[in-house]
Amino acid sequence: MAKHTRIAYVEDVPGVLNRVTSLVRRRNFNIDSLTVGRTEQPGVSRLTFVLEASEHAARLVEANLYKLVNVLRVDDLTHKPALTRELGLVKVKVTPETRAQVLQLVEVFRARVVDVDEATLVIEVTGTPEKIGKFDLVLRPYGVVELVRTGAVAMARGHEPLSSNPPLVRAEVAAEMPSETADLAMSV
Amino acid sequence: MKLTGAEIIWECLVREGVDVVFGYPGGAILPTYDALTKYPQIHHVLVRHEQGATHMADGYARASGKVGVAIATSGPGATNMVTGIATAMMDSSPIVCLTGQVGSRAIGTDAFQETDVTGVTLPITKHNYLVTKPGDIARAICEAFYIAASGRPGPVLIDITKDAQQMAAEFDWAAAAPRLPGYRPSYQAPATEFARAAELINVARRPLILAGQGILKSGATAEVLQLAATAGIPITTTLLGIGVIPASSEFNLGMMGMHGEAWVNQAIQQADLLIALGMRFDDRVTGNLKTYALNAKKIHVDIDPTEMNKNVPVDVALVGDLRGVLAQLLPQVRPAEHREWWATINAERGDAAVRDVQALPDSGHLYAAHVINDLWRATKAHDTVVVTDVGQHQMWEAQYYRHEQPRSLITSGGLGTMGFALPAAIGAKFACPDKEVWVVVGDGGFQMTSCELATIAQEKIKINVAIINNAFLGMVRQWQEFFYEKRYAATPLTGPDFVKLAEAYGLKGVRVTARAEVTGTVEDARAHGGTVVIDFRVEQEDTVFPMVPAGADLADMIRRPKRDVLAETGADREWQMPPAELAARPAAVKPARRKTARPPAALARL
Repeated sequence: MAKHTRIAYVEDVPGVLNRVTSLVRRRNFNIDSLTVGRTEQPGVSRLTFVLEASEHAARLVEANLYKLVNVLRVDDLTHKPALTRELGLVKVKVTPETRAQVLQLVEVFRARVVDVDEATLVIEVTGTPEKIGKFDLVLRPYGVVELVRTGAVAMARGHEPLSSNPPLVRAEVAAEMPSETADLAMSV
Repeated sequence: MKLTGAEIIWECLVREGVDVVFGYPGGAILPTYDALTKYPQIHHVLVRHEQGATHMADGYARASGKVGVAIATSGPGATNMVTGIATAMMDSSPIVCLTGQVGSRAIGTDAFQETDVTGVTLPITKHNYLVTKPGDIARAICEAFYIAASGRPGPVLIDITKDAQQMAAEFDWAAAAPRLPGYRPSYQAPATEFARAAELINVARRPLILAGQGILKSGATAEVLQLAATAGIPITTTLLGIGVIPASSEFNLGMMGMHGEAWVNQAIQQADLLIALGMRFDDRVTGNLKTYALNAKKIHVDIDPTEMNKNVPVDVALVGDLRGVLAQLLPQVRPAEHREWWATINAERGDAAVRDVQALPDSGHLYAAHVINDLWRATKAHDTVVVTDVGQHQMWEAQYYRHEQPRSLITSGGLGTMGFALPAAIGAKFACPDKEVWVVVGDGGFQMTSCELATIAQEKIKINVAIINNAFLGMVRQWQEFFYEKRYAATPLTGPDFVKLAEAYGLKGVRVTARAEVTGTVEDARAHGGTVVIDFRVEQEDTVFPMVPAGADLADMIRRPKRDVLAETGADREWQMPPAELAARPAAVKPARRKTARPPAALARL
């Protein structure tokens, strides 16, 4: 079992997120996090999945995603140089005695204080999911009132395109596919 | 051309080549039904329950290879379709379901007969659409037909709001062409994989082909037989693969799996190479996965990448259309005969579970096996489609009716839907009006959808219905017998007088209680001008043998007890043995014990 990161490009149509999550649910796949948002291309949304799964299970997830009509392409970032980032907001209790200590931790983690009142601080922290987990851990002794995380988003480093073909079970898009749709799929 | 949404629906269906639809009207689909009157070229079959409409569309699709169409209204009309849609999904049957939806402004208000139908059917359709504007209807229908029929086929549902049916829009069929950038109906496996597959086939000493429904969908029967002939490979089929390879083919060993032939399951366990063609290693086929075909390398050819390594890890995965894959693979396959391997299989076949039912005496009891075997003998010379329901009779049909043609058996495999047979047969009859359609159905499943007899009567079509009536939910009773110490909880079943029921619908009903009456009754039913319902009162506690208990090892079959009247005689290969040799077998019943002595000439027919 290892962490797998998959990026899925999907048509931005009503219900598409429902289709993806329904797939995950009914096939009993275990998802660590799932984020969705717009991309540089109008009409295309981008989903980042993090799965705790075997290589085999991760491939099945990918194959099943491809089966959804609205899924344009799936990239595997697991074994590629990639940036993974998550944002967290932490509301932590502070007293006059502990406030300075907490602020020091904020400094160390390159986080930011975004709200202050007499008893709490709200801190914004970005970084890898591991970093945010660690930040949560070190704040726990002070009393974490609320914690929210966005889930990871990811992007490959460098300018090389990932895979020109869906890497699915070592297969290529068939010739009988209408060519303009094939181009569309590949250009996404 | 400006048309209402309702008119656009019919215009699209006409252009898709639809000439029959199965449906049931209601409030939210009324505008569409109103427009139907302008399209006399489309025949509408009024069903008695929307589940029947989906099974009819499914039966139509399976019998013809074309897309079947079912129509229903919103809410309960659409939810009644769910079972039929799930059935089509599991068996990869191309159907398009059109449902009415409440007006677009009423969506989300819990309006009268409102249901989130696209939400309900999302996991059981290949794709679905909610259309709220008349201008979007044409493209949705065009895409739906394309998606349903291409790649691995499946059901597509289009939910159309009432206002979208009522309002007008410009209808431009050319502009409605599918725009599906993310849809990949097929793939092409790389050449290196073909070389690996060919190498595995060429070095194998005990290869076996597992033939599934994908061969039918791809039209690859000839290629599969060529592969078998070239490399001397025996073939076994799944339930839905029956008919894909002729039963009389020398390469066809018969059906595999839970109620498959014992020698087939033994062969699977002994094989050193399984070549799985258009099948998906269902649990009813594999039994315990931990012990399944451990000696075998596996080549899996399927059009659906998600089937690869899903249940059984494979050595070579060839994703693509079967016919194309085999055409590419065949030139690399070297001729072989595998005589030792055939000898091993034939030895198993010789002393194992040959069911020589014809040679058995008429004990005064009527057995389903006899009914189905006699039915086969009476109908085999004619172009016959048999549609079965789910349960014991389904397995007996698979065992005792020998199918020579693709699409000659229609049955609910994956979902195992009771109530499927009668409506699916209606669909099959509309697809193939010139063929003889037989329904083989249990008394339980028949009662689930017997209301469709009214549809048959109204449409004045001819179908023959053979009810295998044992007054039990037989397959469940069988499981209770084996695994629940014969505690028959809720399996004894009463039914109406099926003869009177048929007559109540204006159809002919006949009852058969003795074997001697079977063939004559079948012939009479064939000759009768209208639909005939035959109530075969068979042995109540008969059992389907052999059987692999769910989750057990494939080789671990429950066999028919030797004392049983339908004893496995260990006689011949499928009723072709010379009569002299048959009589010499100790397990075979001696002619002297027959109630009606049969001359040797009659035996020679066997």
